[in-house]
Amino acid sequence: MHHVFTAVFEPGFFGSAQVHTAVAVGGLVAIVSAVTGVFTVLRGQSFGGHALGDVSAAGGAGALLIGLSPVAGFVGLGIVGAGAMDMIGVRRLRGRDLATGIVLGSAIGLSALFLHFTTATSATTGSVQQILFGSIFVTSSDTVLAAVVLGAVALASLAAVCRPLLLSTVSPEIAAARGVPVRLVGLLYMLALAVSVGLSSLAIGAVLSTALLIGPAAAALRVTTSVAWALVVACLLGLLAVGLGVLLAYDSYYWGSSHLGLPVSFFIVGIVFVTYLLTGLPAAARAGAGSRGTAPTLAAAENDKIACMSATGGHRRQRART
Amino acid sequence: MTDQHHAAAILGVEGVSVALSGRQILDDVSFTIGPGEFTGLIGPNGAGKTTLLRVILGLQRAASGTVTVLGKPRLRDAIGYVPQKVVLDPDMPIRARDLVALGADGTRYGIRLPSWQRAQAVREMLHAVDAERFADARVGNLSGGEQQRVLIAQALISRPRLLLLDEPLANLDLRSGQEVITLLARIAREQQIAVLLSAHEMNPLLPVMDRVVYLAAGRAASGPTAEVITSEVLSKLYGYHIEVLHVAGRVLVVAGDAAGEQASAALPQAPAVLPAAGAG
Repeated sequence: MHHVFTAVFEPGFFGSAQVHTAVAVGGLVAIVSAVTGVFTVLRGQSFGGHALGDVSAAGGAGALLIGLSPVAGFVGLGIVGAGAMDMIGVRRLRGRDLATGIVLGSAIGLSALFLHFTTATSATTGSVQQILFGSIFVTSSDTVLAAVVLGAVALASLAAVCRPLLLSTVSPEIAAARGVPVRLVGLLYMLALAVSVGLSSLAIGAVLSTALLIGPAAAALRVTTSVAWALVVACLLGLLAVGLGVLLAYDSYYWGSSHLGLPVSFFIVGIVFVTYLLTGLPAAARAGAGSRGTAPTLAAAENDKIACMSATGGHRRQRART
Repeated sequence: MTDQHHAAAILGVEGVSVALSGRQILDDVSFTIGPGEFTGLIGPNGAGKTTLLRVILGLQRAASGTVTVLGKPRLRDAIGYVPQKVVLDPDMPIRARDLVALGADGTRYGIRLPSWQRAQAVREMLHAVDAERFADARVGNLSGGEQQRVLIAQALISRPRLLLLDEPLANLDLRSGQEVITLLARIAREQQIAVLLSAHEMNPLLPVMDRVVYLAAGRAASGPTAEVITSEVLSKLYGYHIEVLHVAGRVLVVAGDAAGEQASAALPQAPAVLPAAGAG
């Protein structure tokens, strides 16, 4: 038993200050990302979330250039980007892709500029790597504190508007008719998204932040029957990915003889991807079973047509399914 | 055409005009609806039905005129609304009962705490629209008719006195449409709610419709169905000759006279067959 334990948790794992930091930052980021991610997937704004990751990268690179903490850059420019996307027209479906694309393009341009100056003037080659692929093991304690405060603010904002936000996601018309300030609620969500993506950039890197935002949320939404449960499952899946990722990255130092270790971001994103695939299995199995009879989703989609042609038959099928 | 048939109307629309980007959408529209009345808002596509509903909801500003609900302006809480396009994605883990619960407290801030009272109210509403069977199914997986019933329950749970529905029969098969209409007529009668339902086709509504607001070219004629759906009133409304034909218990509204001399030939913008023409 002891042998198995030491094989899984390589020597020094629990005593390492770096591991403590990684687990604290990673756990916080996993929860904030999962909660924001559920609303992002429901609202169909994954592309916006990804674009904000690129904006974060530009912010982090800029902060590095002028000697600020990267988290200030990640979150600061992310908030500016979210505001810009809202102003250009993230609310209208047609305007949304346009706004996202414009902001994303400008952000990548800025990143290129900032990173050019950074690499030209600074000898610390690791910093670019940290902006793009995260620095979960080497976060300073000041940064951890800032991350905790920002994460708490983002979660509190989402908790405050969760019901109006959900109602305006299901139907902006009903929400507006009932007196919900749809635009304000949407803007608040965008700001929470910017903070969440900024924190995720800190942990696993600006380029990979989308994975932690969308992956656990999308997987949770596949297997749960209510938004509340989706939030819980998304948090658990996010924590699993980060915890296991940190463990594997730590252990990987002892794999083989080169003692290079593998990047933690790779493990986290890999685990997120695998859990997403696994949560698709029940639905795939149902669809497989259904194809021999009548696929449930197909029955729903064609119910009107069927009911039109043979009213009783279509309805009977519908009832049997529900 | 104004008719002040109610001293204590639930909805009063008085002289409402709306112009959008220079085009006159509604022109001096007036009508009232009383408690328990089922009113059809009938008119061709583009007649201004959705705009009128948006004005009543306070989502669209009118250039002139007033809207009162229970005698007061801006009485949002007294209105239940089922919009035309609610895209319910099967990927959303939102059950029928969740959607109805959002109707109850979707405007409140803060985290929702478990409430026996709310759960009970949701159950009652699902029962009222006969949706208990699929209460725990994802709304995105329900048929069009079932989704309409859930949306109606969502609108009713806030105990409105006025229920607005924008083209609820569009995209429904005939049988589901009939079920929705019967349900709404029963709710209007039992709970004394004023129902205003827009449709471009009036025949399915004829058995239950107490009154009609007929919109054409931005102008409205309103009153009891039999008094409004006549050749004289509709001809005046459209501004050219309209023939109202009664065929096998259904109403056909046709441009031109019955002899086949089409007024539409002289007026190219006039549709040959007007709303309510298609047999229900």
